[in-house]
Amino acid sequence: MTQPSLFAAWRAMVARDLTLAMRRRADVLTTLFFFIIVVSLFPLGVSPEMAVLREIAPGVIWVAALLASMLSLGRLFADDYQDGTLEQMLLLPQPLSVLVLGKVLAHWLVSGVPLVLLSPLLGMQLGLNGNAIVLLMLTLLLGTPVLSLIGAVGAALTLGLRGGGVLVSLLVLPLYIPVLIFGTGAVDAAISGMEFDGHLSLLGAFLVLAALSTPVATAAALRISAE
Amino acid sequence: MASKLSTAWYHYSSPKNFYPLAGRLIPWFWVVSIILTVIGLYMSFFVAPTDYKQGESYRIIFIHVPAAWMSMLIYLVMAGYAIIGMAWKVRLADMMASALAPTGAMFTFLALWTGAFWGKPTWGTYWVWDARLTSELILLFLYIGYISLQSAIDDPRRAARASGLLAIVGVINLPVIYYSVKWWNTLHQGASVSPTMAPKMVAVMLNTMLIMTIAFWMYTIAVVLMRVRRTVLERERQTTWVKALISSQAATGQTTNSRPGANSPGASLPGEKQ
Repeated sequence: MTQPSLFAAWRAMVARDLTLAMRRRADVLTTLFFFIIVVSLFPLGVSPEMAVLREIAPGVIWVAALLASMLSLGRLFADDYQDGTLEQMLLLPQPLSVLVLGKVLAHWLVSGVPLVLLSPLLGMQLGLNGNAIVLLMLTLLLGTPVLSLIGAVGAALTLGLRGGGVLVSLLVLPLYIPVLIFGTGAVDAAISGMEFDGHLSLLGAFLVLAALSTPVATAAALRISAE
Repeated sequence: MASKLSTAWYHYSSPKNFYPLAGRLIPWFWVVSIILTVIGLYMSFFVAPTDYKQGESYRIIFIHVPAAWMSMLIYLVMAGYAIIGMAWKVRLADMMASALAPTGAMFTFLALWTGAFWGKPTWGTYWVWDARLTSELILLFLYIGYISLQSAIDDPRRAARASGLLAIVGVINLPVIYYSVKWWNTLHQGASVSPTMAPKMVAVMLNTMLIMTIAFWMYTIAVVLMRVRRTVLERERQTTWVKALISSQAATGQTTNSRPGANSPGASLPGEKQ
């Protein structure tokens, strides 16, 4: 029997995770509604004045995206770990980091892309317009994959631990901070009409760096956790 | 043929041999640390001249900068021990890594705290979200994350490997802290001391800072060795040498660093490790 190619294995991993996510659409939608609700809390809790909201909008939307992304990390490995599929993945001849990259891609497609698509609506709700909304979408498009990639490391390290959800946030939020800073910095620069190329370049650099290094770390963490 | 150095290396990588060595070294490090601290504090208050711009409030630099340097150095050493423990499966290296974390977190907090008190008279604010302060805060979160991940996992081997991986992933924060004042034009002042260029401060101030740094370093080694001795006793409590140690100290009535209630000299278990 011929061994499937690396690309075929990766594609099968992505397809599997997407299929499973589609079967449990509720999990996906709850994350999305969490995002919407958190953003909606700020006008109620801070101030309904458009001027105030416009100032805090990039930060609020980005932090909400951060938290929503972090909450959805529980779905990444926990189910496979519980029913033993993760062990089988560890035994596959294909390199684990490639399979992890496939899982993270599926996770981002299901959890991150809806956030990106919904952000213009929430941006308008908080008083952003024009260039700022475009940049908000762009920064979230570059940033949410990084959040999924870094979050995968945290999820793999805390697999099966008690108090897992809060512990993951403690581990992963410090590593999210640079992405947050440059994401909101770019949108703020767009609002005030300044240059945002540097911020976008750095976000792109984070994406490349994360895509190259975090799957390896995640694979190592999975082996540590699943023994 | 093994050289003398590599034999010593292997000899002391066993917790049984390292424990008495550390016990002999600890008092020396305490003595050096206390002497250097006294000298350093004397120099920082009475010898170092008044700054022409900041007056007397700058003197906190003699704690702030050494603490910040130690916070970064300890993280690097911790990650180094984590790598050794993961690559060569040396138990003692894992124990050293976990012993370093609390001291590193303490120095990070000290750097942030003294920095806040320095910032109020000079910058007018206790805190500002510039690159260096933010990345040092991230370092504190990394230390706390490391400690909580270790305490969340019961199996010491898995705990050491998982937190070691976290430490290694977080090392990328260190160059960010160090170069943040060069990459971003922010409120925190730029680098005045560098290994390659001549220092931009008066020799007396620089020497005082270096003395305090070495004092903190010696303190760190003393405290970490004490902590790792406790960890050794706790993790190796099933071995004969630990049981013999505890029973002999119980017999002579001495108190040790070991946990209370571990004083019953039980029968040896079959097949236990040395």
